[in-house]
Order: sequence, then C-alpha cells, then structure tokens
Amino acid sequence: MRQQRRTKKIQKRTLKAEGRSRKKVNREIVLVTYVFVGLFLIMIGYLGYFTYKESDTYRNNPYNSKRQQLFSDRYIRGSIVSSDGKTLAETKVDEDGKETRSYPYGSVFAHVVGYSTKGNTGIESIASSYLLNTHINPALQILYELKEQKTMGDTVKTTLNVKLQKAAYEALGDKKGAVVVLNPKTGAILAMVSKPDYNPNEINEIWDELVSEENKNSNLVNRATQGLYPPGSTFKILTLLEYIQENPGNYEDFSFDCDSVYEVGDYSIKCSKLVSHGEEDLITAFAKSCNGAFASIGQTLNFSSMYKLCEKFGFNEKLPTDLLSNASSFVLKDSISVWDVLQTSIGQGKTTITPLHNAMIAAAVANNGVMMKPYVLDTVESESGTVIKSFSPENYRTVMSKDEAAILQKYMRAVVTDGTGSKAEGDGYQVAGKTGSAEFATGKETHAWFVGYADVEDPEIVVSVLVEEGGSGGSAAAPIARAVFDAYYGEE
Amino acid sequence: MTNLVIELSKYLMLLIMVLYTGLNFYVLRKQDVRWQNRVCRKQVFLVFLLQFLGYLIIYLKTMEIRMLIFYGIQVLFFLIYFILFKTIYPQSSRVLLSNMVLLFSIGLMMLTRLDVDKAEKQFIIGMIAAAVTLVIPVIIKHMKALSKWAWLYAAVGIALLLLVWAVGDTNGGAQLRISIGGFALQPSEFVKLTFVFFTASMFQKGQSFGRIVVTTGIAAAHVLILVASTDLGSGLVYFLSFLFMLFVATRQPLYFFGGLGAGCGAAALAYKLFSHVRVRVAMWQNPFSDYEGKGYQMAQSLFAISSGSWFGLGFYQGVPTTIPLKENDFIFSAICEELGVIFAICLVLIYLGFILQMFWVSTWMDELFYKIVGFGLAVMVGVQVFLHIGGVTKMIPSTGITLPLISYGGSSVVSTMLIIGVIQGLHLMKQREVEEIEYAAAAQDEEDPEEDFEGRR
Repeated sequence: MRQQRRTKKIQKRTLKAEGRSRKKVNREIVLVTYVFVGLFLIMIGYLGYFTYKESDTYRNNPYNSKRQQLFSDRYIRGSIVSSDGKTLAETKVDEDGKETRSYPYGSVFAHVVGYSTKGNTGIESIASSYLLNTHINPALQILYELKEQKTMGDTVKTTLNVKLQKAAYEALGDKKGAVVVLNPKTGAILAMVSKPDYNPNEINEIWDELVSEENKNSNLVNRATQGLYPPGSTFKILTLLEYIQENPGNYEDFSFDCDSVYEVGDYSIKCSKLVSHGEEDLITAFAKSCNGAFASIGQTLNFSSMYKLCEKFGFNEKLPTDLLSNASSFVLKDSISVWDVLQTSIGQGKTTITPLHNAMIAAAVANNGVMMKPYVLDTVESESGTVIKSFSPENYRTVMSKDEAAILQKYMRAVVTDGTGSKAEGDGYQVAGKTGSAEFATGKETHAWFVGYADVEDPEIVVSVLVEEGGSGGSAAAPIARAVFDAYYGEE
Repeated sequence: MTNLVIELSKYLMLLIMVLYTGLNFYVLRKQDVRWQNRVCRKQVFLVFLLQFLGYLIIYLKTMEIRMLIFYGIQVLFFLIYFILFKTIYPQSSRVLLSNMVLLFSIGLMMLTRLDVDKAEKQFIIGMIAAAVTLVIPVIIKHMKALSKWAWLYAAVGIALLLLVWAVGDTNGGAQLRISIGGFALQPSEFVKLTFVFFTASMFQKGQSFGRIVVTTGIAAAHVLILVASTDLGSGLVYFLSFLFMLFVATRQPLYFFGGLGAGCGAAALAYKLFSHVRVRVAMWQNPFSDYEGKGYQMAQSLFAISSGSWFGLGFYQGVPTTIPLKENDFIFSAICEELGVIFAICLVLIYLGFILQMFWVSTWMDELFYKIVGFGLAVMVGVQVFLHIGGVTKMIPSTGITLPLISYGGSSVVSTMLIIGVIQGLHLMKQREVEEIEYAAAAQDEEDPEEDFEGRR
C-alpha cells in the first residue's frame, strides 16, 4: 500500500514536470496562434472594406458587362436627371410589366444622354451600372425579390443644364456641328450638342435608316467628342503661347506688315477674305487672326518644343473622359517642311481636334492654366433621394503658368473687343475667345469655330462651337456662343 | 414558384452558414466532451440542410435527374462516413469531423454548379481519401517509429518534387503535375506531409545548431525546387511553415525573423530575376493595365466578388463561369459572387476555427515530434487559406493556390484529408492519455481527496 502510494507520488511529479516543459513550447504555439487569428481578422476586415468601399468601382467597370446584363433582369433602369432635377431619361413600366425608356427632351440631349436599347451610348453607357444598381433599404429589397418584383434602380444626376442645352441646340439650328459648354473651374459639362441628331425615343424604329449606307449624315456620331476637325485659327492660341514661352522678354516687340498674302519661296499663306491687316503688333495680329503674321511666327519656333506643348495640352492621347471620344492629333516631328510649318502654325495641315478638347483648352486659359477633367456625372442617388456617390472635380494638368494664362486672357479678350470675335458678346457680360475658319477641302466653305469664355473678370462658362461648312468663325460660330452666354447671363 | 424557392434559399443558406459558424465557436465554451458532441450534432444537421438547399436549387435550375442521383449518393456517403468514423473512433474530434464534411460538401456543391463532371470526379477521389482517413488515426497512434524516419521523408519529398520539376506538365505557366495513366498528380500537395514529418523528426532528436543548419538546408532544397518549377504558391507555403516550425522547436524568435528577412531578400531577388513574378505583382497593383491578357483573371475575380456584394447574387444566379480557373485557384471568388461576402466571411471564420482546433490539439502533445507535426500541418493549412483568399481578393499578389477541401483538385483534397486524419490521430492519442490520467486521478482522489491534481482537465 505504502509502496503503491510512493509510485503514484513519483508519477504525479513526472506529470507535473512534463506539464511544465510542455507549457514552455506551448507558449510559442499560442503566439503563432495569435498571429494567425490576427491575419484572418485582417483578411475579414479587408473583405468587408472591399465590399463596402471598393466593390462599386469594380462592379461598374464597363468590362463587367456580363454581370451588368444580369442586373437589368433584376432592376428597373434608373432615371437620368439634369443638374436642376429635370428628367432627361426614365423607364416607364406599363401594366404588363413592359419597360420603355423615355427621353422627355427628345433629340435635344440625344448624343450626350445616349440610348440604352441598341447597346449603350453617352451617359446611358457610362452610368449604366449605377442605373442598374439599387441602394434602397435591404429589407424592402428582399420583399421585392420575394414578390418577384423588380427593384427601382438608382438615379444619376448629371451636370447638364437644360436651359443652356436648349439654347445651344436652338442656336445651332439645322446646321451640322457641335457645341460644348463647360464650367472652367470644375470641368463640369453643362451642355453638349451634336447635329445632325436623332430622336432617342424612336431609336428602335429609325435604327435601320440611321445605320444604312445611304445615310451620309452620321447622326449617331457625337461630333462634340468624336468629331475631328482642323482647329483653324483657334490653334493660334497654342502658337501664341509657344512664341511667348520662347520669347518671354520681347514677344511684345513683334511686328508684321500684312499685305493679305505672305509668301515664302513658292508657298503663299493668304489671310481670310484676302484682307490686308497692314502694320500690326502681336496682339492685333492675334485679334484680327492674321495668317501671315502667325505663319511667320511659326517659322521662328522650335517645333520639337511645340510638339511637347501640344502633348501637354492633351493632343495625341485619349481625353480624360469616360464618354466615347477620339484623340486629337498633332503629328509634326523634327524634320518638317516649310509648308508644314506655315500650315501648322495657323491650325491647318494635319492637326485635328475635337470640339470638347478645344473647349478644354479655352477652359484652361480661363482657369489660370489649370486644365480640369471634364465630367458629366454629378451624383448617384437612391430612389429615396439619399446621395450614394458624388463625383468631384479633378485637376487634369497644369498646362501653363498663371502669368502665361493671364497674357492669353488679355489677348483673347482683344479678339472680342477689337477683332474677329465681336459677335460673341451680348449685354451684361464680357467675353474672351478665339475664332477659327478652318479649311478642310478646296471649293467648300470653311468649318466655323469659336472657343471662348465669360465673364472675363470671373470666368464661369466656356463655350466651344463648331459649325461644319459654316463659313467664317466670327459670323457663323460666335453668334451661337453668344446665344449660350445670353442664356446663362440672361434673366430667364 | 421556382423563383420564390431560389430567393428564399439564398437567405436561408446564409442563415445556416451564420448559425454553423456561431456553433463552431460556441463549442469552445465548455470542455465537456458530451456537451460538445451535442453541439456538433447540430452542426451536422446544418451541413445536410445546406447541401439539401444547394442541390434543390441546382435541380430546379437544370431539371436533370443526374443531379438528384448525385445528391442522393453524397447524402448516403456522408451519413455512412459520419457513422463509421464515430463508431471506430468514439473519441475523435467531432468539430474537426463536421468542419471537414462541411467544407468538402460546399466545394462539391459549388463544383456541381460550375462543372458537374469535375464535381463527380472530385467526389470519387474524396470518397477514397475519406476511406483512407479511417485508418490514418490508428497508424499515427500506434506506429511509434514514425518519428525515426527523417531521412526517408526527406528523400521521398525531394525525389517527388524533382520528378515534377524534370517531367512535370506545364499548366498555365507552372509545372505542377505529373500524369500517370490519365491521372494528374500534384506531388507538392503530398510532399507537404512528408515535409512536416521530416522537420518534426529532425527536431525531435534535438535542436543543436548543426542539426538546425542541416534541417534548414534540406527544407530550403524543397522550397528551391518548387520555385524552380514556378510553383510559387506552394514554395511560399513550405517556406513559411518551416519558419514557424523552426520557431516553435527552437523557441528562438531570432531564427524566425532572420528567416523572414532572408525570405524577403529572396522575394526581392525573385522579383528581379523572374518575369512571371513581376507580372503577378503588376497585375496585383493594376489588373486593368493588361485586361485582355495577364490581368484578365484578376479582373474577373474582382468583378465576381464586387457583383456578389454582401448577400451574393444567389446560388446558380451569377456568372462565375467567366473567371478563369474558377474551379480551383479562384473558387473563393465564385463563392463570393453567388453566395455573398457574408457567407465568405463565415467561411474564413470556419477555416480559422479549423486551424485553431489543430493548434489546440498540438498544444496537448507531450512529445515534440507530435507537437510539431500537428502544429506544422495547421500552419500549412492556415497559410494556404490566407494565400488563396488574399490572392483572389487583391489583398496580396495572387500566388495561384487551391482553397483546402473546396477547390477542385484530387491531390489537394486527398492531402488535406490526410492532414485531418493525422490530427484526428493526435487527438485520439491525447484523449486516451487524458482518460488514463483522469482514471489515476480518480483513484488518487479516493485516497487523499485534499490533494489537487494538476494534470486533470
């Protein structure tokens, strides 16, 4: 008995000793366990963060089209509204559950709002995933799902302004062309018109006609973002800037004697309507848009530096917008012919630009050298009006110094006060801008351009107008810009 | 009506998963084995319920009798397996058992939805592996010589890995498998076990500096062969597991951090040397920089997870088939898309509970060999889960690795089931010891009840 008891005591002691050494190693195991608990909790945190914060971005990615299609079976496409809350597009559901997309303003917003039945274009495309998503109360959503009822998608509020859009639309009239209106400080697109247009309410009925080969009007193309035109004299803004940058101290000493034709060897550059501008300084040459003077300036310029300037302004790259757009092009390299130099300096030759891009350049001048990213989506709101997402203005690039912008502002003001752009201004505001009459084919009228902003003291609105075969910029495009300015500054 | 069932099932499945996860942690509250077993019975019930709903939806969506038959066989198999395992090993860990069956059945459900042929293949291999797990615990418990074969483990492991490196099939840029008579084996999955057993047997004999150097050298050889075969994911799993095992065996944080530092250096070197490493990092930073090419699968994975959002699009309601490698390296994204992120978070928690259980078992072990075996295997599974989930969610660069028990891949399923078998063996060893001590303690208490006994649990 006693013996037994002793063995047990020994057993007990060994067990205790073992327990101690086991515990020592276990401390390390417990430590590693904590590490894994930590790692897994981080993983869960990340999953939650991703779903809460980042998933919308991925879900709305245009490449995610297969799943977005899935959503249209579950949600009723949301509405698109203007900045002042007017409906630009909405889906109506009839008693049988049939859905029709309706555009109350018809063809006025055709290109910028787009359509959603023959593929998606315009805002219908870039906002598609917001429109086909819902942020209503989850309990309500479950209820809808159980009742096999579609849920109303979110509403997208745009930066578009109905009054300005209508003014631009009416002013352009039956002519082909485009008008873009921006807020230079934010890059918000206030209006965007392209003609010829189409009625998006009838898109299914008129589709075959629109895409048939006989139709040469390209109604479906948004000329504002996709149309590539020679910039004509509006390009002199950049030629001028390059000249100022290369001659910072003495650019004002420039003078030129214009006798309507500027001859270099076998080449000759004519001024518009063969007007002789006579003896002129730089600001007058710019205001009167003297081709001879700018061709002669071009001959003094360093074109590789000019090329860099143009690339900085956004040529040869996709514009920073989700809207379907074409890249403006500036192709000159080091070894270029005299003729190319003369042509390019006055915005002819191989250079092409979209109306939106031209608006951005004028906006950069108005905004003291800072180019903003153009944007058209303002906020996404749930059916009950809660803001789910809001888009804020973003700087794109600083394309010139504040001082340089100030010089260009002064010169562009002179275009309106003493030059070709006088028809752009109405009562109650002051405009600065630049006209252009771009030749594109011999024997045809020139494309008419106007880019400019108001008010000179505190620029709030930039307008870019292009009228295909409209004639001179001063008489065909500037009045359209004025109509928009009038609408903006007018009482009504 | 069908829609109603599918929609209701979506939330029911989520609820089941949340309940199961809750039970998984609730069970840790009390040490009473009987009480624990009762909780686990509830878990088993939930597993069958989840499986029922899943296959109900699959059937409603496909209207194929084949699905019903497949479901029936699965139910039968799981029932038999549960009963057999419990009868043979009344003292086995029920939580491990139900977790294994849950994960395996979720995997089968998901695979049936993605590609039913693969699901059937997976099931057959899983059945065989499960049958093998019935004998593993006995082997672990009784073969005391297991800790004496360090060199055998090393030789087998390195030989198998070298074989893949030499004659392996190139699959998606990585040499992972060898084909034998139409079967593709992925030896790196099995070598995991020999690797852990090797390390454990080495340290069992002592932790002298020389021994550490030799062990580290052989471990490094494993990792280097894997890296040479461009199986980066497995290389990382082996590497990290070894570091942790080294740390526990030597109790020297210095070794761990030194190894970690060396690993970072090696990773930087690999980044400089290998273009496929750079591609992985670049696609992690921005999958859209090469959307049509290298970034496609990452982008699709993120589309799937983000489209699923918290509640998921519903089982069989999404389009997870757009994700390349959805059945294996990216199955977690497919789960997020259809079953939702909340479901996925539950899954992460279940895996966490799963490895915690394994760590816990290893802390019970007296012999260092068993301790390190249990611990090392737990770390293997933990690191693998972390790399898979972190990789497909863009938290870390994707390493291309399977999700244990859920991803398609016979080798992966078999090796994970073997791992669980080993852990069950350890569990069993301890349970018996505990009983013996309790018995002794009970005897002791009778004699002098005032003495308190430490070894009692």
